[in-house]
Amino acid sequence: MADKIFRVNMTDLTTSIDDVPEAWAGHGGRGLTSTIVSEEVDPTCHPLGPRNKLVFAPGLLSGTVAANSGRLSAGAKSPLTNTIKETNAGGTAAQLMARCGCKALIIEGQPKDDKWYAISMTPDSITIAEETDLVGKGNYTVVKELKEKLEGKQAVITIGPAGEMKMTAANISVMDPDGNLRSNGRGGLGAVMGSKKIKFITVDPKDGKVEIAKPDEFKAANRAFGKALVDNQISQALATYGTNVLVNVINEAGALPTKNFTLGQFEAHDKISGETMHDLINERGGKPKHNCHAGCVIQCSQIFNDKDKNYKTAGFEYESIWAMGADCCVESLDDIAEADQIMDDLGLDTIETSVAIGVAMEAGVLEFGDGPGACKLLRDEVGKGTPLGRIIGNGAGSVGLAFGVTRVPVVKNQAIPAYDPRAVKGMAITYATTTMGADHTSGYAVATNILGVGGTVDPLSKEGQIELSRNLQIATAAIDSTGMCLFIAFAALDDPDCLPALIDLINARYGLSLTGDDVTNLGKSILKTERAFNQAAGFGPADDRLPEFFYDEPLPPHNTVVDFTPEEIDSFWNF
Amino acid sequence: MKLTVKLFAYFRDDRFVAEVLDLPPDTSIQDIAVKLDIDPDEVGILMINSRQSNLQAKPSEGDTVAIFPKVGGG
Repeated sequence: MADKIFRVNMTDLTTSIDDVPEAWAGHGGRGLTSTIVSEEVDPTCHPLGPRNKLVFAPGLLSGTVAANSGRLSAGAKSPLTNTIKETNAGGTAAQLMARCGCKALIIEGQPKDDKWYAISMTPDSITIAEETDLVGKGNYTVVKELKEKLEGKQAVITIGPAGEMKMTAANISVMDPDGNLRSNGRGGLGAVMGSKKIKFITVDPKDGKVEIAKPDEFKAANRAFGKALVDNQISQALATYGTNVLVNVINEAGALPTKNFTLGQFEAHDKISGETMHDLINERGGKPKHNCHAGCVIQCSQIFNDKDKNYKTAGFEYESIWAMGADCCVESLDDIAEADQIMDDLGLDTIETSVAIGVAMEAGVLEFGDGPGACKLLRDEVGKGTPLGRIIGNGAGSVGLAFGVTRVPVVKNQAIPAYDPRAVKGMAITYATTTMGADHTSGYAVATNILGVGGTVDPLSKEGQIELSRNLQIATAAIDSTGMCLFIAFAALDDPDCLPALIDLINARYGLSLTGDDVTNLGKSILKTERAFNQAAGFGPADDRLPEFFYDEPLPPHNTVVDFTPEEIDSFWNF
Repeated sequence: MKLTVKLFAYFRDDRFVAEVLDLPPDTSIQDIAVKLDIDPDEVGILMINSRQSNLQAKPSEGDTVAIFPKVGGG
């Protein structure tokens, strides 16, 4: 069965299933969403209007048994950044969409009436139905009710009330194998789905399977690839401590953004650390390791229970814990978990929303360290769509504007994540230049600056940082196209067997003979396609800059500032 | 010389979180790892006073040495 393009038009409520245009055939995941958005979306359109399109694409290897291949890319013009956006998530949807033969799902137009809709996909159908029951409901309720109602193992992609209210911090949630939530977190794509009046999408692959051109070679490559992942010591630590192992690492390095990016270390770091969380999870009968999608061999996710040993949240990540923890000075992991659960249920990006609350704390809306106050703000203001709640739910930039705060950690209006660019200078280049607005995953220079992965560079020096960020951004754009979890990069950067095995997997799946250079060129062309969209949307070099406080305010304890010149930053694009 | 040594992740198991150790001058971080029965091959990240370092580095009186296994996240 050849892969198809599934298309939904919400203006006239029609659908179609078409052949894949030849130019799109070699793409998957991010490469495909960005190619389609570039070809079909007017860069100057309003992101929440009928001319924007929301595109979902499984990766090139999704739906196969390849380890860690279950990431689903979502793309559109972002209402938060006004740039092109790709954001990917685990959960079961990528694998099941690929098994439906769906190369991409393109949702276009906008209903003329005020009704809400649900979309369902099978290998030979894509249908739209009016939805009333679950409108206004939180993500946990949506997945619970659909899990009971749907036959067989189906995927669910949903938005919460934040997406319905078109808040620009709204995410898109994907059900994981246990009925919990993973998120296409960044850039407000939940608001785009809400603007198209789609509450949820279900995917039923029935007996659909992905065809493998060379099954024996595929099996051999997957064995080598899986071994490289499992043997990697960082993979092993991720299964024990989760991504939150980084709280103590980044704090020790003096790069943990604290109290709305005024300090590089958080006094209470050990109370919210991965080590503490690991012990708490075990004491409370949670699960320290857990996979967000079938076939993941790293298992960085976890189930975090409350004091009464009841489920509280899953996929409790470093970024979420840092943002509500150190950045807002909240010292209680239980308060942070409560906030995480509320944000997951409302369908909010935990980075954007928590950084927004940090800015609100600086503005005096609530005190730094007030965890219960932050939860109340989320539940009673953001969740109910009050004017204050909408200011918070539209992100850090929105709060800065509303309250006249100038220390607003955003690039292209997207909140800066958990590494202060004054003390991890490679991240200054990534945040400034990525086509996505401030995004750590797009070029994770922390690996080489702090973690000693892929070599070492001095995080406090400019030396080598531009080249490092460029190489990482190119490689990441390619990896994001495969459906692979980005955490394969830890093995790929240091184990010479890993990347060749990944390329062998792609070749065996499609009967190709790609080389490492082809993959690098794919990464480069994706970045250039995305940048061209942004330029046509009105972005130029002046937008590739950090907020001025990073240049002016030294960050303790190293008391360094960002000192790249505009020319140095712009030289990133010399490739 | 007196140093503050901090351990992280599973290096803490059956050892400590942070302790002041009295060590002979000229001690390298590798010597400290061996003394604590930590396999140097398992060491991933080292910092002296929050600056990146390496196993051969020799800390000075009053320094804080942080020793991590190979860890990552994002």
